[in-house]
Amino acid sequence: MRVKVLIFGQLTDITGESEIYLNEISDRDELVEKLNQQYPALADSKYAIAVDKKVIRQNIRLDDECTVALLPPFSGG
Amino acid sequence: MANKQGNPRYQRQTTLKEFGETGQEKLGNSRVLVIGAGGLGCPALQYLAGAGIGTLGLVDHDTVSLSNLHRQVLYSTDDIGLSKAFRAADILEALNPEIDIIAYNEQLNPSNAINIISQFDIILDGTDNFASRYMINDACVLTNKPLIYGAISRFEGQIAVFNCDGEDGFTKTNYRDLFPHPPAEDEILNCAEAGVIGVLPGIIGTMMANEAIKLITGIGTSLINRLMTYNSLTNQVYEMEIQPEKESLSLIPENIAAFQASNYELMCSAHPGNEIDINSFDQMLLDPSVLFIDVRETNETPEVEEFNYLKLPLSGFRSAMEQIEAENVVLFCQSGKRSLSAARMISEHYGNSKKVYSLKGGIVAWKNLRRV
Repeated sequence: MRVKVLIFGQLTDITGESEIYLNEISDRDELVEKLNQQYPALADSKYAIAVDKKVIRQNIRLDDECTVALLPPFSGG
Repeated sequence: MANKQGNPRYQRQTTLKEFGETGQEKLGNSRVLVIGAGGLGCPALQYLAGAGIGTLGLVDHDTVSLSNLHRQVLYSTDDIGLSKAFRAADILEALNPEIDIIAYNEQLNPSNAINIISQFDIILDGTDNFASRYMINDACVLTNKPLIYGAISRFEGQIAVFNCDGEDGFTKTNYRDLFPHPPAEDEILNCAEAGVIGVLPGIIGTMMANEAIKLITGIGTSLINRLMTYNSLTNQVYEMEIQPEKESLSLIPENIAAFQASNYELMCSAHPGNEIDINSFDQMLLDPSVLFIDVRETNETPEVEEFNYLKLPLSGFRSAMEQIEAENVVLFCQSGKRSLSAARMISEHYGNSKKVYSLKGGIVAWKNLRRV
């Protein structure tokens, strides 16, 4: 069970990379929890989560080899 | 205006069989508003004016400065200090005198937004702050106007088309389906702090103009209910589908009167533990997503019956605050002192994930003013 996480915008300042892999994750909430443990500053950041290119607000089961994107809001113009 | 049949100005686009004279006529009959004549607005305005949008509106209250010029390519060095709205209007007028240009040299705010937006068919958001972005989103939902959203951060851009029926003919999404609550303005860096290479807003602003032209003429597939991100360093494009969320509509002011009473600046500028005055408190009472908490001990008077709130006395607040689910919280007590300590507890515990405010002067001050 492996999940690919794509990180966008300034969130990469926290993770240091734009792509990470996490193992043994069953659902979205668990993923957020694990990310917060690994990168505590993420807990204070606002971002939308897309699972396999669909923005998801509620908890859902994550399939093996799925791709999750963490997308912060941008304000610049 | 003269009949545009076969107008050589538009010959290169009317030659396209998908576009043709019919497409040109649709552009000529359309009314498009570009909010913000900056990094995103300049390229969008140039291409929309060139393409022959019949009525092109633009809103900007700012003046041209030297540090704008590397990306706001509509302006020249000689324009420094001049009004962006008026300068842009003059330049666009020279580019295409066959269209009508309406310049609003003012800041869009909740009192003028509805009136201005209502006069157009399609709105482009090229602003540079969250207060404006949430305000424009809410105004477009309330007036039922398609919103073309574009935003940038360092080397990345986002673009989407909101408040427009999807392929099924009825699914509409808005910015709050993506980001329900605004972050505090200091949570996310703006262009001045984060920096930007001029080409990026050029690309994203041009894409916004392209989405507008597709929506108006009905050609191609637009970014309705989809968010596209573009990375200028890697040229990677990532697209995702946005779904309507029930919560979003509850966060948007219920009607135009409630919208006009909203304070978007406040929503986006508050720091953790911020004190708010009675007027701001009253404005937040209109927002159903805000949780109000009385931190006084049980049996303290005056009793509050004017609005709904939760009672979490300061004595047990540290453990009780674990149960707070709302993202926006307003605390009050007798004089404003205890609620401020409780606000600090919340911000220490939850960090930036919650926005918390404390009523200055307490419920006594509020009751006194309301009695008048």
